[in-house]
Amino acid sequence: MSAGWSFFIIVLTLSNIAACVWLMFWQRKKRVAKGQTLGHEFDGIVEYDNPLPRWWLGTFIGTIVWGLLYLLLYPGLGSFAGVLGWSQQGQYDAEVERRQAACGPLYASLAGRPIPGVAQDGEAMKTAGRLFANNCSQCHGSDGRGGSGFPNLTDAAWQWGGDPETIKTTILYGRQGVMPAFAPAIGGEEGIPAVVAYVRHLGGFETDPELRAVGQQKYMTVCVACHGADGKGMQALGAPNLTDETWLYGASEEAIAEGLRQGRHGVMPAQKDLLGEEKVHLLSAYVYQLSGRAGATP
Amino acid sequence: MSDTNAAAPEYELGVVRQFSIMAVVWGVVGMLVGVIIATQLMFPDLTHGIPWLSYGRLRPLHTNAVIFAFGGSVLFASSYYAVQRTSGVALFLPGLARFTFWGWQLVIVLAAITLPLGYTSAKEYAELEWPIDVLITVVWVSYAVVFFGTIARRRVKHIYVANWFYGAFILTVALLHVVNSLEMPVSLFKSYSIYPGTIDAMVQWWYGHNAVGFFLTAGFLGLMYYFVPKQAERPIYSYRLSVVHFWALIGIYMWAGPHHLLYSTLPDWAQSLGMVFSVILWAPSWGGMINGIMTMSGAWEKLRTDPILRFMIVALSFYGMSTFEGPMMSVKSVNALSHNTDWTIGHVHSGSLGWVAMISYGALYHMIPPLFGRARMYSTNLINVHFWLSTIGVVRYITSMWIAGLMQGLMWRAVNDDGTLTYSFVEALEATFPYYAGRLAGGLIFFAGMLLMAYNVWKTVQPEPAPVPQPARAAA
Repeated sequence: MSAGWSFFIIVLTLSNIAACVWLMFWQRKKRVAKGQTLGHEFDGIVEYDNPLPRWWLGTFIGTIVWGLLYLLLYPGLGSFAGVLGWSQQGQYDAEVERRQAACGPLYASLAGRPIPGVAQDGEAMKTAGRLFANNCSQCHGSDGRGGSGFPNLTDAAWQWGGDPETIKTTILYGRQGVMPAFAPAIGGEEGIPAVVAYVRHLGGFETDPELRAVGQQKYMTVCVACHGADGKGMQALGAPNLTDETWLYGASEEAIAEGLRQGRHGVMPAQKDLLGEEKVHLLSAYVYQLSGRAGATP
Repeated sequence: MSDTNAAAPEYELGVVRQFSIMAVVWGVVGMLVGVIIATQLMFPDLTHGIPWLSYGRLRPLHTNAVIFAFGGSVLFASSYYAVQRTSGVALFLPGLARFTFWGWQLVIVLAAITLPLGYTSAKEYAELEWPIDVLITVVWVSYAVVFFGTIARRRVKHIYVANWFYGAFILTVALLHVVNSLEMPVSLFKSYSIYPGTIDAMVQWWYGHNAVGFFLTAGFLGLMYYFVPKQAERPIYSYRLSVVHFWALIGIYMWAGPHHLLYSTLPDWAQSLGMVFSVILWAPSWGGMINGIMTMSGAWEKLRTDPILRFMIVALSFYGMSTFEGPMMSVKSVNALSHNTDWTIGHVHSGSLGWVAMISYGALYHMIPPLFGRARMYSTNLINVHFWLSTIGVVRYITSMWIAGLMQGLMWRAVNDDGTLTYSFVEALEATFPYYAGRLAGGLIFFAGMLLMAYNVWKTVQPEPAPVPQPARAAA
């Protein structure tokens, strides 16, 4: 803020407050005796001129004094920072630091232990469950079962890999599961039903043999690159396994056709800078045990 | 009602009648939408995902309908009524006054069509798109011409205090509307605000809070200053109090907007000024309450028999309560708890139902019989029932929201020893459910009162049947 603006704000603020004080003293003069009305009359309405109630005047003056005091102590008058040196950012930083000092050692000690071990620690999993509820459940659900487009964390299917370190990498750095819109490459709208038939066949559904044979040819030239010849996908790319019972965006013909037509773009946001590495370690253990491993129950 | 004074001018009452009736109609519509969205908050699938009945579109319809359609019609009606009678002249340019009626109704109808269709500028309480904004400006400038033209031609020397407040309301709302609605149209139905980021937020809440301050406070204080002394038949308590609190109120309200943006990206200095002036605003706000309530002193016995006066005293009490609550919620440490919770919704409704709606009911019940040449409303008993439904409804509503808000605020920031939040958001939401039911019950009760009023007004304005000749009877 330039000195000119700062000056402008200070003058405007203080003169507005001063005007209020002046107003009260200006109106102290007595016009008519108590019980008399002023000369005016409007549609039968007349006016007394009773003095300002003392308690009300006291309240008004009190809030003004308090306001001036506040503006002396805290930022408010232009670029004057206030004698206490308070700032919103400072208050936030101090609170974070206080929490960090109180809880930091707990997370540091947990971060030093291997993930499967932490996953068996009941107390640690209670803490992790609350972290999950406030940071992960918005997409993955309170129970971790996900929803359309959001992976179920409790089953055996892993889009990017389910070993402890891979889970941790996923949470730390996030993932982008991208499937381009492939309709033009598989013969446009006419090609879609054929590929849908083959993909559903891979997933164990009954489909039309002739149709899926056409689809298979297209699959083997386009889809095979990521989902593999056997349809079991590729975790390094985040390409889902098409032969299991897990369907991230649904198994219906419409859902698969939509994926071919529009492509898919799933985003898991990186948590490293949001939660920090130690809390991510704990969450990794929580996600690890969600799929029924490690024997611990949350 | 016939004016016996030979010098009394022929007042222009047609437009006042029109606005009074539409105030009742829009009151019913706006509150009905309120009841629907309160139900949707409990049962989100209530309207089966039909886009134009979704909460996000109906909510601005509710706020626009109750504030600008109901509240606006009350303000037009009461100001046109009071300014004529306190100035001793008929309205300036009656044709233009009639235009303000049809123009304002057109704005409302356009809002009722475009908001459910999803057209919005996404500015709270200013959602209407730019062509409607232009229409509002034209109507509002016409309103100002009629009002101030009438004042200029007044037959009395002084300008009555009610008209100061109405005048401040009209001028400031013009300023607020134009500055906040500056936007760049990209098509007939879409525009973008000319302000960037935090500046846009600040302009929006400068508008938003002063819409409360001037539309819902100064405007209705103007109404109060005419209808309370008329109904109580008592002199105004203190002229000088009205001078002090008028100037202090309009001087300080302008600064209070930033309290909507505490602990945000708004610079610290602006947040502090918003908070300090909000607290200083407490006494000027109460000046109106004191003047209103003390004006009734000497007429207390009338409260026993006059439900209209009861509406007015309860409205003033709610006004006092919410203008204390507001400054309190503006204090940063209180706001850190209350912000984004249902406490805010409770606060708004104690002001809008308790103060605005109830003082409006009082004014409409006072004004409608003479406007339609009747001695009194069709049923005083129904006014009394309406009064109790309103009072019980609003108390039920705000206590539900107080409890819900405090509980949400406390749950959201409860922290365990391990530094994790004790509750997830959805747990707080689940805990709120019973209070949403309490709020809905309160809203339904309040709405029932509004329906009774509509019935009572309907019966009052029915043309009287031609008197059937009867044999002469001795007066009882």
